Amino acid sequence: MADPVLHLEGLRKRYGSADTEYEVLHGIDLRLERGEFAALIGPSGSGKSTLLNLIGLLDRPSAGRLVIDGAETATLDDTALTRLRGERIGFVFQHHHLIPAFTAEENVAMPLLIARGRPDAAMFERAGELLGRVGLADRRRQLANRLSGGQQQRVAIARALAMSPALVLADEPTGNLDTHSADEVFALLREVNRQLGTSFLIVTHDPRLAHRCDRIIELVDGRIVSDRANEVAAGRSPVQGSAEETE
Amino acid sequence: MKSWMPFEWIAALRFLQEGRMQSLLIIVGVGVGVAVIVFMSALLSGLQANLVRRTLSSQAHIVLLPAEEVARPQVAGEGALNRVQKQAQRLRSIDQWQQLRARLEGWPEIAAVSPVASGPAFAVRGDASKAVTLLGIDPGRYNRVVDLAGRLAAGELRVGAGETVIGIELAKDLGAEVGDKLRLTGAEGQAETLTVTGLFDLGNKGVNARNVYVGLRTGQTLLDLVGGVSNIDLALHDLDEAEDVAQRIAAESGLIADSWIRTNAQFVTALTSQRVSSDVIRFFIALSVSFGIASVLVVSVVQRSKEIGILRAMGATQAQMRRIFLLQGGIVGFLGSLLGSALAWSFLMLWRMLARNPDGTPLFDIGVEPALVAIAAGGASVVGILAALLPARRAAGLDPVVAIRG
Repeated sequence: MADPVLHLEGLRKRYGSADTEYEVLHGIDLRLERGEFAALIGPSGSGKSTLLNLIGLLDRPSAGRLVIDGAETATLDDTALTRLRGERIGFVFQHHHLIPAFTAEENVAMPLLIARGRPDAAMFERAGELLGRVGLADRRRQLANRLSGGQQQRVAIARALAMSPALVLADEPTGNLDTHSADEVFALLREVNRQLGTSFLIVTHDPRLAHRCDRIIELVDGRIVSDRANEVAAGRSPVQGSAEETE
Repeated sequence: MKSWMPFEWIAALRFLQEGRMQSLLIIVGVGVGVAVIVFMSALLSGLQANLVRRTLSSQAHIVLLPAEEVARPQVAGEGALNRVQKQAQRLRSIDQWQQLRARLEGWPEIAAVSPVASGPAFAVRGDASKAVTLLGIDPGRYNRVVDLAGRLAAGELRVGAGETVIGIELAKDLGAEVGDKLRLTGAEGQAETLTVTGLFDLGNKGVNARNVYVGLRTGQTLLDLVGGVSNIDLALHDLDEAEDVAQRIAAESGLIADSWIRTNAQFVTALTSQRVSSDVIRFFIALSVSFGIASVLVVSVVQRSKEIGILRAMGATQAQMRRIFLLQGGIVGFLGSLLGSALAWSFLMLWRMLARNPDGTPLFDIGVEPALVAIAAGGASVVGILAALLPARRAAGLDPVVAIRG
């Protein structure tokens, strides 16, 4: 069997120093296979964002193992972590977070540009193709801040896919959108997952959304209290299904 | 997006472009600073060159004189106290000056060599009698040291037998004009009557009243220096080397070699302190410009912390973030220097139009040299990059988690 996309073992995160120290995550064990489409739910303050930041290599764990797409992360320095993050992980944030000084196309090409150092025709071709996939082919040349909220979030999704990452982390991807746009964006994530086999870990408050995912992981007070397959969502067993697909 | 441009350049330019007002204001700020620096430098070097030129218009760069005669006591022994009186220096010739002249002409630093027989004399015309400095010259050589031919107010530079060229002040004092005769008497009593062939104006009243030019041979006769010269005047290619060259000649020939730098010590000190004070002013302008750039970039780092976080999340390394902000500093400095040079150029044109002599000629010649613009551009870019060091470090050190949540 291929390496899992994500493998956590006894992951802990503590903040503060000696006397005032408190632990936010108390030993998280988690495995995410290729092609999985999982929701991470839990009340606010449960550590969801902290966990997402650790998985996204934006922050370092205090203890435990964190393996991304087969790569051990504990021994990597900041530059190596940054590179790994750029190549293997895509981010979709709640507040779409495009760079307003650049066009839609340039925003999508940005991870490629950062990785390769200089722009080339191929990366804009790729950006155009991804924008077409998210239904914004006609908005390529528009500045990011001229787009509507739903459009910006779709650009952000295209950008998250630019490097063909193994795993996309989405933090409340629809939290800022009206119901209609939210449905569209969610459908898009699902479609990408099915067509490209990209794994998704989606943090959400919205139970409606969570129940449309294949797997629901619930975090309470820094511990995983439940982790179950959601048969209703896709009518298949996601864990096994995706593992077979990748082989 | 230009395809040859690296990611850091693209991001730096876009950030500057997007913060239009901020970028414009700081570039203008840098421009004004650079304009003052360039304008001051051009003005100062023009002024100093002009002062030096005027000062040296009637002077040689180096004057060689025979070594002083020293009295040596005949008896020197234990128990004998000697008081040696300093000897009076009589007018003497430089030994073997022809050979020395030929040798000095071979030096690459030396532009012209002019032997001169000079000494005190009286100029008499009618009842008027004036003490003057008599200079016996070879006009062809002397002209290359002091541009006498170019400074004639009347007549021509002709100092053959029985001819002399005097200054306009002396001419006024004696009531003489071109074609008139006057009588010159040397210290030893030799006298000769000469015809005035030209009047000069070397721009210095004392020199115009004192110097009387005659042919080398006439000078030698009147000063009782037959076949000899009292000093050798030199002109150099590079004025600033004068002291150095003078010392080397003195060491080699055993003569006294006075450079213009030594004979005008106070003047040179004044020039130097003027230069130092302008350097200090320029340094502080550069400092305040760099603080301006730094403060704008620090604010920009705060404003863009979210974008910095996103770029980091998308794989931009700390080094890349640092370079983006260093580049912004450099670009601001460079563009500011171009604006500043253009401004300085217009100031100088204005100065040329306004600062004029009563006769309408420019007060002195100044201009913006391309080298000065290049130095300003390079300097301002470096200052911009240095000013961006701190903001760039902050941008690179930003915690992406905090920045994105921002």
